[in-house]
Amino acid sequence: MRSDLPGHRHEWLDDDAGPVVRPYTLTGGRVRSCADGFDLVAYVLASPNPDLGAYPELHPEHRLLVELAGQGTPVVELAADLDLAVGVVRVLLGDLLTRGLVAVQQPPRATYLPDNDILKAVVDGLRAL
Amino acid sequence: MDSVRYDAERQGSRIPIALKILIAGGFGAGKTTLVSALSEVRPLQTEEILTGAGADTDDLSGVEGKSTTTVAMDFGRITINDDLQLYLFGTPGQDRFWFLWDELAFGALGAVVLADTRRLADCFPSIDYFEQRGVPFVVGVNCFDGSQRFSLEAVRRALDLDPDVPMVLCDARDRQSGKAVLISLVEHVARQRGEPVPAA
Repeated sequence: MRSDLPGHRHEWLDDDAGPVVRPYTLTGGRVRSCADGFDLVAYVLASPNPDLGAYPELHPEHRLLVELAGQGTPVVELAADLDLAVGVVRVLLGDLLTRGLVAVQQPPRATYLPDNDILKAVVDGLRAL
Repeated sequence: MDSVRYDAERQGSRIPIALKILIAGGFGAGKTTLVSALSEVRPLQTEEILTGAGADTDDLSGVEGKSTTTVAMDFGRITINDDLQLYLFGTPGQDRFWFLWDELAFGALGAVVLADTRRLADCFPSIDYFEQRGVPFVVGVNCFDGSQRFSLEAVRRALDLDPDVPMVLCDARDRQSGKAVLISLVEHVARQRGEPVPAA
């Protein structure tokens, strides 16, 4: 099927790759989030009592994200829950961040964290599992 | 971004720290099996989008007309305590998708490279990747049923590993065995930082 598309040959398209998709339809063609820093394990936290009614331009997926992030949820889990590619979810989260509907907490960077108390807690936690 | 972080804290919610650990190795080395054995939830899957010709996502021209494809990522979660979670990410088996993992390796606590002694060379690219990027890693030698057992020293020589890189025999299907591999990784990271974690 893929080879039936003359002029659309793509270096990544073969049996190892996933299906051909147009993932950015939902974002209106935008491939970059308007906010940097949505690491895969960055925690997204919805604002308390978000007024979604004030933003009629938002998609149902935006609203779902706000709902799912009520208690704080990492980006990668949001993507899995919505069954959307991570890149798409980043764009949608950027829309929410600029509207103040979510906050984001970056994970610690390995260069200065985790400190050794954290490493000890990880080892202790794993031993106790 | 500082103000954003402040907002999250001001809301009074306790947000855990999430640490990333990569599970790498050749195709069929047991990466997904190990993630499954260790994860407290059924392993989840998400997708990353492949952009054409590298990852030049700054260029918006023509994007709307482009179809592309995705690569699946398996991941699992281990809750250490209320403040600490581990996320385990299995890497894609094909070498050419490694660029997707630059982001993941950035900030990662470390990596487990699973070696299958029947196809030892399959884990060379993973070892090269982590050595070049300075990501701490341990090698888990997955003992498949019926696979020929080599001594760890023989495997270490074959992989040309630095003497300080830990090697552990493991069974990727077994949770306790997988735990031991993760513990050896975190202990390795602590040693590299000069403050070893006390033995149990």
